[in-house]
Amino acid sequence: MQIIKDKKIVDDNWQRFVEITADEILPTGDIIVPFAYWLDNKKVLLQRDSRLGVCIDGDDETEEVAKDIEHFDLIALDFPAFTDGRAYSHACLLRERYHFQGELRAVGDVLRDQLFYMQRCGIDSFQLREDKDMEDALNAFTEISVKYQSAADGAEPVYKYR
Amino acid sequence: MYQYDKYDQKIVDERVEQFRDQTRRYLAGELSEDEFRPLRLMNGLYIQTHAPMLRVDIPYGLLSSRQLRMLAHISRKYDKCYGHISTRQNIQYNWPKLETVPDILADLASVQMHAIQSSGNCIRNITSDQFAGVAEDEVEDPRPYCEILRQWSTFHPEFAYLPRKFKFAVSGATHDRAAVQVHDIGLYLVRNEAGEVGFKVLVGGGLGRTPVIGKVIREFLEKKHMLSYMEAILRVYNRFGRRDNIYKARIKILVNATGIEKFAEMVEAEWSYIKDSALLLDQKEIDRVRAQFAPPEYDKDAAADSTFDDHLASNQAFAAWVDRNVKTHKVSGYRAVVVSLKAPTIAPGDVTDVQMDRLADLIDEYSFSEIVTTHDQNFIMPHVKQADLFPLWESLVEQDLATPNIGLLTDIICCPGLDFCSLANAGSIPIAKQINEKFNDMDYLHDIGDIKIKMSGCMNACGHHHVGHIGILGVDKKGVEFYQLTLGGSAENDVSLGDRLGRGIEKEKVADTIGQLLDVYVEQREEQESFLETYRRIGIEPFKERVYPKKNLEEKVVASANY
Ligand code: SF4
Repeated sequence: MQIIKDKKIVDDNWQRFVEITADEILPTGDIIVPFAYWLDNKKVLLQRDSRLGVCIDGDDETEEVAKDIEHFDLIALDFPAFTDGRAYSHACLLRERYHFQGELRAVGDVLRDQLFYMQRCGIDSFQLREDKDMEDALNAFTEISVKYQSAADGAEPVYKYR
Repeated sequence: MYQYDKYDQKIVDERVEQFRDQTRRYLAGELSEDEFRPLRLMNGLYIQTHAPMLRVDIPYGLLSSRQLRMLAHISRKYDKCYGHISTRQNIQYNWPKLETVPDILADLASVQMHAIQSSGNCIRNITSDQFAGVAEDEVEDPRPYCEILRQWSTFHPEFAYLPRKFKFAVSGATHDRAAVQVHDIGLYLVRNEAGEVGFKVLVGGGLGRTPVIGKVIREFLEKKHMLSYMEAILRVYNRFGRRDNIYKARIKILVNATGIEKFAEMVEAEWSYIKDSALLLDQKEIDRVRAQFAPPEYDKDAAADSTFDDHLASNQAFAAWVDRNVKTHKVSGYRAVVVSLKAPTIAPGDVTDVQMDRLADLIDEYSFSEIVTTHDQNFIMPHVKQADLFPLWESLVEQDLATPNIGLLTDIICCPGLDFCSLANAGSIPIAKQINEKFNDMDYLHDIGDIKIKMSGCMNACGHHHVGHIGILGVDKKGVEFYQLTLGGSAENDVSLGDRLGRGIEKEKVADTIGQLLDVYVEQREEQESFLETYRRIGIEPFKERVYPKKNLEEKVVASANY
């Protein structure tokens, strides 16, 4: 599968599980599991020798996720609809308050015209919705070059340069 | 006024190209209707009854003559030669073609204007006191803070997709002319005991389906913390505001559900983390922006003129206009002039291209090239020398812009309603017309005195009906337009939400019903009492009895039959 990462199209081997049944055996390799699944299966998951990611949705409390943050190489933020903006705050909090250094990935209803905002909130990889053109989406990062406000991308408010 | 620097200019220029590309992709079928909708709304573009409607931001209402000429030009080139001033101090065009909107935005950008976030579920245009900068009762000019907030909120990445729209109002005066208490966030510039100026912060006010008066969340906020505190409120709202039901998604619902104390705790907790971050506002930036709102070079001898008094004494029509449409100014010898967009024959708030061009010339001549839109849908010329009032009045009369009715019955706030708005339940403009036709006697209007009629064509309350002394709400009953009246609302310091008079009134009878309400007022008023004061003293019953006499009689009969 291909995704956008650090503003480039790259191959990606993470496997994301949206739902995992009780008797399901997880494959080897890097996996992304629902945050709720992590809470119930910490021990097993910690024994794996691959990288681990969790996926959170708008209802998950960032404060809860933060408690286990050192175990995650990747946190996926689910956008159930591109108009649901909660994950923007989650991303900012994970980066700025909890200093998450791993990969923050947008999944779900991820479209070109929101990438600029997402990236400014500290999201660095994007699994674009399948029907969308990734090449085209790369343009989103360069459309607006002036940043009025500070954000999780580390930008200073533009007035500091005035 | 604020002048764009290279950064401000770049952001609006880049926005034009971004929207041009979004429009192209939509027209090419690359963006679906659902995907394009939030994008166009974030640029003020609605799809309305007849055509798209484009709402252009006028930050805190302030325009230069050059900008006003461009607004006239746009109405001529892309629309039907007029624009409509909205209750958020913006201008709306009712007839542009979708394909031409990118070109309109490019024209706007050429005069430092834009339509960014004039709609959508994001932070909207920031409104203020229309007399900002010239009011006598001002603690400090609020506009620099509006401008700083405008910049902070423009393309704010975290708050681009809030649960619902978000409106700020800022006032620097003791008399609230900006309806601060019915905004999602309201800010008053105040002086604390130590003599420092900062903000009193209100949260969770709003009109719409569930009108709520804002609550004080912080009595005093230092200026340097303005952005961090706003960010804390917005973050709490973005995370916890409801997204399952658009009618319950405004911040007022969250504040009411959590309770203001708990909500304030959540905000303070969030704020404690971010207050000393990059959000800390530099005094240097405050000073830079404030310097751009420095007062113009007033004529020190303006008050020495005697011609003004002569004209007042000799010309009744001029005197009547001065009485209603000319307001005080903090500089002696100067006045602020209200340009009435409420002439009897036009839709309230509409202004033609010819009028806009003429106004641009007049402000170049008489008002340091500045003009301000007001939330009650008029214009203010903020700095007119008293000696210039007479020639200015003569010019305004020629353009039908001098109806001496400011604050009177016919100075109606009116949303576009069924004539243009696809959400409307009923017409508003025809009712304004009906009211103007019935109450066409200026002496009667002056006798009735100060009264605010506010009218919305549906529950969304763009016409602020809840806070009208008389509020009119259009409703639809099985395909027929009816009008629900409320009495006793106010958006000023004495804020209150109107009380419902009773069942809806038929369309033909709205003006007559208002006549009945005014009769009650005239019969009952004491001395100099205004309509609102009388209403507050005597309550709604006498008005009810007049408007619904039969029903009351029946109720009495039924009531006595029960005994
Ligand atoms: S109040 Fe209703 S009818 Fe009037 S402009 Fe707003 S949405 Fe349209």
